[in-house]
Amino acid sequence: MVALAPRIPAPSVVARHLFLRRSRWRWEEIAFWLIAAASFFLFPGHHVLITQALISGLFVVSLDLLLGYSGIASMGHAAFFGIGAYTAGILAQQGWGDPLLGLIGGAIVAGAFGALCSLLVARLHGAALLTVTLGIGLLCYELANKWSSLTGGDDGLQGMIVQPVLGLFAFDIDGNVGFIYAFVVIFIFYLLARRLVNSPFGLALTGIRENIRRVPALGISVRFQLMMAFTISAAVAGVAGALLAETTQYVALEVLSFDRSISVLIMLVLGGIGNLVGGMVGAMVFIVARDQLAAVNPVYWNFWLGLILCVVVMSGAGGIVGFLRRLGDRIGNGR
Amino acid sequence: MKTSGLGGAWLALVALAALMAPTPASAEEPPLKIGLLGGYSGSAALFGGQLDAAIKVFMEQRGDVVAGRKVEIIRRDTTGPAPDVVRRLVQELISRDKVDLITGFDFTPNALAAAGLSTQAKMPIIIVNAATTEILTNAPYMVRFGFTTGQAVAPFARWAVKNGYTRVFAIYTDYGPGTEAGNTFKRVFAEAGGTLLGEVKPPLASPDYSAYVQRAKDANPQAIFIFAPAQDHPTAFLKAYKDSGMKDAGVKVLATGDLSDENQFDALGDPALGMITTYHYSESHDSPINREFVKAFYKVARPGERPNFVAAVTYDVFNAIYKIVEQQNGKIDPDKTIALLKQYKAEGPRGPIAIDENRDIVQNIYIREVKKVDGKLQNVEFDMIPMVNDRGVETK
Amino acid sequence: MIGPLVNILINGLAYGVLLFLMAGGLSVTMGLMGFANLAHGSLAMLGGYIVVGLMRDYHWPFLLTLPAAAIGAAIAGWIVERTIFKRFYGGKELDQVLLTIGIVSMTVAIATYVWGSTPQPVRVPEFLDGRVHVGIVDVGTYRLFLILLGGLLTLGLVLGIERTTFGAKIRAAVDNRRMTVSCGINVDRLFTLAFAIGSALAGLGGGLAVYLVGLDPSFPVKYLVYLLIVVVVGGLGSIQGTLLAAIALGICDVAGKYYVPEAGAFVLYAVTVLLLLWRPQGIFGR
Repeated sequence: MVALAPRIPAPSVVARHLFLRRSRWRWEEIAFWLIAAASFFLFPGHHVLITQALISGLFVVSLDLLLGYSGIASMGHAAFFGIGAYTAGILAQQGWGDPLLGLIGGAIVAGAFGALCSLLVARLHGAALLTVTLGIGLLCYELANKWSSLTGGDDGLQGMIVQPVLGLFAFDIDGNVGFIYAFVVIFIFYLLARRLVNSPFGLALTGIRENIRRVPALGISVRFQLMMAFTISAAVAGVAGALLAETTQYVALEVLSFDRSISVLIMLVLGGIGNLVGGMVGAMVFIVARDQLAAVNPVYWNFWLGLILCVVVMSGAGGIVGFLRRLGDRIGNGR
Repeated sequence: MKTSGLGGAWLALVALAALMAPTPASAEEPPLKIGLLGGYSGSAALFGGQLDAAIKVFMEQRGDVVAGRKVEIIRRDTTGPAPDVVRRLVQELISRDKVDLITGFDFTPNALAAAGLSTQAKMPIIIVNAATTEILTNAPYMVRFGFTTGQAVAPFARWAVKNGYTRVFAIYTDYGPGTEAGNTFKRVFAEAGGTLLGEVKPPLASPDYSAYVQRAKDANPQAIFIFAPAQDHPTAFLKAYKDSGMKDAGVKVLATGDLSDENQFDALGDPALGMITTYHYSESHDSPINREFVKAFYKVARPGERPNFVAAVTYDVFNAIYKIVEQQNGKIDPDKTIALLKQYKAEGPRGPIAIDENRDIVQNIYIREVKKVDGKLQNVEFDMIPMVNDRGVETK
Repeated sequence: MIGPLVNILINGLAYGVLLFLMAGGLSVTMGLMGFANLAHGSLAMLGGYIVVGLMRDYHWPFLLTLPAAAIGAAIAGWIVERTIFKRFYGGKELDQVLLTIGIVSMTVAIATYVWGSTPQPVRVPEFLDGRVHVGIVDVGTYRLFLILLGGLLTLGLVLGIERTTFGAKIRAAVDNRRMTVSCGINVDRLFTLAFAIGSALAGLGGGLAVYLVGLDPSFPVKYLVYLLIVVVVGGLGSIQGTLLAAIALGICDVAGKYYVPEAGAFVLYAVTVLLLLWRPQGIFGR
């Protein structure tokens, strides 16, 4: 009788192995980023569209961090996006037009506001959570509308002067610099987000989502974790907003609108929740489809959008990425 | 089974990306490409309908070839007040579609968002509607054919005092255009010797006006001046106004044409009767050009849609485009175009128009009363302030 | 001083009744099945268009179109519930939110396609179009009619829920669904019926709203926020709570506009957020 015990690996080894498997790049992630990078050369006439899709993608990723990993649904996420946009916009208007400074400013202000909000919403759930986040979003919109000396109100923020990136590359009319700048920033934030969700912190969040009662038993403070998630999510949304402000060189109330809060939810579900790349894919498909449908038949694109949304939800396939994964698995098994 | 059916839908979606390949240009005579930006979906869709119908009317009368070039309209949906979308659309029209000129523009923020690009690319832009006065200030390649809020309101405030409405209560929506209208009215009205009894600023989302109207009633005015965007505001206001008893007591409603848009008359109904409004166009404007325009409009428009200021202005815009293209023998040179437009004068469905040195519109402002004509509500013109410029000053 | 106050109360009450009619069904849906139906406003819009359409194209009298609006919305609600919504009971809330937002988006487009984007007219009979002098104030007869009709319906609803077996079953199911099922009650069918009744109320509310606040395809989006606030503040599944919240919202809205018009919608949202932070389950919720 030989003892079997030595054959069982130590728990730390198992954990490391699991971490590695979780954090491994999946083929759809690689495909997305390759296609996104290649689109710079493939679709030279569409740089601005793709830039805006990538920015929306980062915004969706910020929501995914919150919703997909910790299960908090927010119906007012545009608040953080808009605050980031206005922060970068006002900085640029007041002569602080360095793009990177704008990003940092957007992240800090939106993150701070997110931290404040997280104090309020950490104990809510269900319909009350939906309504309170919705209310916060609407409040921010109203505030920006009222405070027109700062925001320009309904006319939008004018007089933004965004300096060249790193003092070298000025934003051009074809959107080349805007594309590369946004692509690099968003890719970096995507890597950071990946690291975050695959860290013990990210695992704890997933734990909260899956079973909120058992997490405290692991010695983790649910409240603190959720507040952290909310703050980080808000800061990332703020970066996305700042990017939009800088590449558009204009900020309007619309960045805070209810429509934007809703469409970010739609993009997330369309792409697939809880895997980060789904948000990027969802935003890309949504923005491109909206552009194409509107060009074909501007009047009724709402109908097709709604239909697509219903089909995605009803299919329960986990969005586009979920479907692609299953397709990939099937092909893999078919060999 | 379920998944495979949906697979088609997914693939179709993904395949949309393939649609993005650039469209091949025709090899022959290059068409004259005109970018057209307007709201075509949601609550802004009325604007797009007016644009399209007016262009159809114009092309039926004048053909779709000018100076040997076929006119190609590239229309894009602003989806409402969405400056980031509009900026992208303008950028694409310029750098991908290579348009010669852009027109349309519904909301002020949309026009402001395009101003920088217009300057950067020297792209002539003709504004159909965005009415905030400041839009043109830093945009040397933008020209406005529509109107400015001050243009409609300032002469109206003077008119009100002159015609005995000296004690007025003001209601104006709390957003950019509303504030501009309200401030202009207050200033000019006071200068002319009127007394403003009070004011109230309803927010943009105001489904119920009864409280605001009650405040007006407490002030016991001769008339109410109101500025509010079209759609649901006028309905809600008129209901509350009627219910308050002020209509029966003879308190007049003075407003901009936004409140008495021809397309809203069906929804407003008889409570709109007697309202006095100021604007640059009414369907009932009595001139041969307009009679023909209105007749042609009904033939091509979607059922139920009536011509309003957007259609009239769009007609004028295309008239101008054809003229300047002819003057330049089929070309559109940015600087020459702007120079030519600065001297532009014409007669359109709304009457005589001219563009001044500031690239802004000079036109008649009409004072109209809502009346029933042949069973249909109409803005019947009964007074006119000739050739008012964008600051609301008469130039004649 | 008193005159304006009474007027505000009456106008606020009328507005509150309207909100209650449109939100009542949503409250039951959310309370009973935990189903977040954001497309409830679309049913109200359908009611509105039925009223407008029947009057314009078939020259029905206004009062007759109201029951038609209720029935039409009930049928539409019933069909959607049976074919689509029932699959999502007990599912993820997010899926419900997105599914119903998709439906809102589609109905907005359909309404634009069928009726155009222009606001729709409605003519009410003479006796509803006037004003009456009550004591010291002038009140629009339509608002009085609304309050009266709303009062009757509410009474009927409350009695129906408190006094009938059907109502008892609904209350039981809201309280404890599993227990109700194990008592042999077919909660599924119960719910379908409740859903249809809620849809009928929404259709009626939509039909009544046209005259007061106008109707265009963006209706479901515009009222979504208000309906959600009413339902959540009132407490899910509580008819009395919803009624109270709707009337409070209606009166606060009108009074806020009168006394502090500068504040705009700000007050409404701020009060909602604070209320829910104080009582996340709503005023009457458990």
